[in-house]
Amino acid sequence: MKNIKFLLLGIFFAIVLSKSQAISWYRFYEMFTFQSFHMFGIIGGAVVISAIIMQLFKSGKIKDINGNKIVPKPKKKGVISTVFGGTLFGLGWGISGACAAPVFVILGFKFLPALLILVGALIGAFIYGLIAKKLPN
Amino acid sequence: MDFLLQPWPWFIVGPLIALSLFLYFYFGQNFGASTNFETLCTMAGAGKVSDYFKKDWKQRDFALLFVVGLIIGGFISAYFLVPNPTIDLNPITVQKLTDLGFANVGESYFPAEIFSDDVVFSLKGFLILILSGVLIGFGTRYAGGCTSGHAITGLSSLQLPSLLAVIGFFIGGIVATWFIIPILF
Repeated sequence: MKNIKFLLLGIFFAIVLSKSQAISWYRFYEMFTFQSFHMFGIIGGAVVISAIIMQLFKSGKIKDINGNKIVPKPKKKGVISTVFGGTLFGLGWGISGACAAPVFVILGFKFLPALLILVGALIGAFIYGLIAKKLPN
Repeated sequence: MDFLLQPWPWFIVGPLIALSLFLYFYFGQNFGASTNFETLCTMAGAGKVSDYFKKDWKQRDFALLFVVGLIIGGFISAYFLVPNPTIDLNPITVQKLTDLGFANVGESYFPAEIFSDDVVFSLKGFLILILSGVLIGFGTRYAGGCTSGHAITGLSSLQLPSLLAVIGFFIGGIVATWFIIPILF
């Protein structure tokens, strides 16, 4: 069970998101209406510090647990897919206040509603898989 | 102990999220959450319908354990770590939502108008949750990531597709909160 550390990291990440209210529908509503700095501070702060960490990965100063160089996977390119796909995700996020990691965390708070969002997300990912080849990038 | 029960401020949480990203990469994997939707489809047998899902989900056992951790962590938080779920919202937000017909705004993490079990069993409430889920699942896979994968991992590693995706997230989020929520409620 060498991957048990990911389970512990998941528990830690869920607690961080819960304690910061970054799973709250209201917090995302406030973010998208620009009425509060809270979420911008959280995401912005995480990005700035992560950017420093990424530089340490890139320069090879920090290697992974097996001694390998850490290289973040390049994201797939494509203007239509990222902007349009991102917009569709944003619509779902703005309405339900849930994104991909929080939806699992919210199961602990509001089981049935979160389960419905999750089932919807699996249906959405399934539809994407069915038509992925036909979609413009 | 007191600190554990208070809401944590953004300047503590931003670094803790960065620490989570660091550990995820340090453990040898790429930080992100939405690929799990595909993995769960594969586990449910979607490979029989589409080659897209013909993948070996066991190679992503680490990510599934992370998801199990998220669920456990959610229950621990809900039952033990959030004794006071009130949210210190901007009074303008409270007024705006109250005007839309939301009750007890900010007195818990989730508005009863969307997240109560009564609503789940109404047609409107059911459709709102399922369809926003469909948008989340389809959109994240089409865009190639979510808040973790694009906004945090992608932006911090200076990837242009992630900037485009985050712009998309905000276009969608703004349309949803400014135009769709007022129509729905």
